[in-house]
Amino acid sequence: MSATARVSADGKGKPVLEVRDIAKSFGGVHAVRGVSFDVFEGEILGLIGPNGSGKSTLFNCILGQLTPTRGTVSVDGQAVTGLRPSELNHKGISRTFQLLQVFPQLTVHENLILAGQEHRGTMFSRLFMPGDAGLGGEADRMINFFRLGHLRDEKAGGLSYGQQKLLDAAMAFMAGPRLVLLDEPAGGVNLTMLGALKERLQAVNRETGATFVVIEHNMEFVMSLCTRIIVLAEGQIIAEGPPETIRSNPDVIEAYLGH
Amino acid sequence: MSTLKRYQFPALIIALILLAAMPADLTGLGIPWTGFKRYGLYIISLWLVTAIAAMGVNLIMGYAGQETLAQAAFLGIGAYTMALLTTKLGVPYFVAFAAAGALCFVVGILLGFPALRVQKHYLAFVTLAFAVFVWLFIRNEQWLTGGVFGIQDVPRPVIFGIKTRPPLVFYWFVLFMTVVLAAVMWWLLRSPWGRAFTALRENPVRAESLGIDVRSYKLLAFAVGSAYGGFAGALYAPLVEFIDPAPFALGPSLYYLLMILVGGMGYFLGPFVGAAVGVLIPEWLRFTEGLAPIIFAVIVMIMVALAPRGILGLIEQLLTPKRRPHSDVTGPTLGAGATLTKSSAEKVTS
Ligand SMILES: Nc1ncnc2c1ncn2[C@@H]1O[C@H](COP(=O)(O)OP(=O)(O)OP(=O)(O)O)[C@@H](O)[C@H]1O
Ligand SMILES: [Mg+2]
Repeated sequence: MSATARVSADGKGKPVLEVRDIAKSFGGVHAVRGVSFDVFEGEILGLIGPNGSGKSTLFNCILGQLTPTRGTVSVDGQAVTGLRPSELNHKGISRTFQLLQVFPQLTVHENLILAGQEHRGTMFSRLFMPGDAGLGGEADRMINFFRLGHLRDEKAGGLSYGQQKLLDAAMAFMAGPRLVLLDEPAGGVNLTMLGALKERLQAVNRETGATFVVIEHNMEFVMSLCTRIIVLAEGQIIAEGPPETIRSNPDVIEAYLGH
Repeated sequence: MSTLKRYQFPALIIALILLAAMPADLTGLGIPWTGFKRYGLYIISLWLVTAIAAMGVNLIMGYAGQETLAQAAFLGIGAYTMALLTTKLGVPYFVAFAAAGALCFVVGILLGFPALRVQKHYLAFVTLAFAVFVWLFIRNEQWLTGGVFGIQDVPRPVIFGIKTRPPLVFYWFVLFMTVVLAAVMWWLLRSPWGRAFTALRENPVRAESLGIDVRSYKLLAFAVGSAYGGFAGALYAPLVEFIDPAPFALGPSLYYLLMILVGGMGYFLGPFVGAAVGVLIPEWLRFTEGLAPIIFAVIVMIMVALAPRGILGLIEQLLTPKRRPHSDVTGPTLGAGATLTKSSAEKVTS
């Protein structure tokens, strides 16, 4: 277990995010069926489950991309249900999507500036800022931190898949968020890069104290990265605990094999 | 876009010198060139005015990815604001000019606000209805707009004691205003706003998740673009000196869309190229009597099929050397994806 486990998962820490009874149906499909959990300051929480178990839908309900059928979400004890995604982002929450979402025609450097610029000044004052909104140096630091230095001025669309995934993750950190939700950051990433990604994520967590929730299918990756894991199956939580107990939990094994 | 960008600035300076000198009589300087006649000066001035309005459409559609079918209506609001304020109230030119742009900005906000709360394409429907409404209004409200008889004798301004009444002087004035408005647009697109516009056009969901207030930026792009229509109208009225409802109907609004398509959407100079085609071709086709719009439409269809990114897109494609796609073989993070890129790059170049 990493040094990041400075906050215990047994409820003693302060919850940054409180999810209460979130449900979401698409017509007759009940993708999420009443999910409640807390995320504590500084932890790296893993969210796993078979394909179609509702993980991405849950993220989208938490972050305002989807309106949940019922349930509430609170950040630092304040209800945020119904806020637009950009408003949530300004409360210090950022995310990545399951499908790669960088801006292919912008360079790596510009992608990172874009990811931070809305946190500078007001909309009106940004009109009078230099093109990089004063974030050029910060973007360079982020580029080096994620070891993309040699690609700084390349169009993001020209990068390899793994490099784009790394950029996608880096973008989530440009605004200095307190809470980051990553949807399959390791999906489709090759082995060499996987190690780099995990190490970078742990470094951010250690250095900034940011809290993470990570959806991931790669068990090796998630078990070694996360301090606590929640397992979702058919839209409900079936298990929760530290990685070692989850690994041997018969319900979890059943849920994965049953599909 | 990079190849074109590199040549944009020096080309702009040369173009400006040419544009300023070309219509003038240069025989006094020992150059055997007598310049443009009255009609030529009118056409070249009309080209610039059209380009200003098209710049607004390019901001809305090419940069921010929204829709507008009402640019001629905004041009009309600008033109009538200018005509009414100067002929009826004797307001100074630049005050009326600012009022024309400001009014269109405010109307743009009022139109866009409800439309952008709902889904995509609503702005297209709302602007369509608005274009029809504005045209009917200026045609029917005779007490204010003179109806089909229009407003006569819109004055050309006197600036620092210089009378812009002579066609050549007025053309220089229009050129100056075009440069100012183009510079403002350039500066806006180079600011963080420009990047936000690109982001919301390319991927609004991701943009929103990065804290970009997509709704407000869409609204601002639409309002600023519409204000450019108003500014163009405020130059158009004194150019033609007599305005009536016809140029502000729905047809001309759609025409702006075609001009942007032909010129190259999302290219800074696209509106100038598109407006040149849009103003010149109908003039050349005058001898065909009523067939001009049909011929122009056919030309546009052929053009869009052959050059989907417009004339500037085509030029860029021809100027850009075939680049190898990026391969990350030298990077520290080599993987399976990289090898694939590498081999496909070799296929392209061999
Ligand atoms: N927009 C939508 N419309 C209809 N059904 C949807 C929609 N989004 C998701 N679903 C359905 O909801 C269920 C949960 O999908 P979700 O994407 O949340 O699963 P997931 O756990 O993220 O799966 P994966 O691991 O494959 O990403 C699935 O049955 C899916 O088909
Ligand atoms: Mg998913």
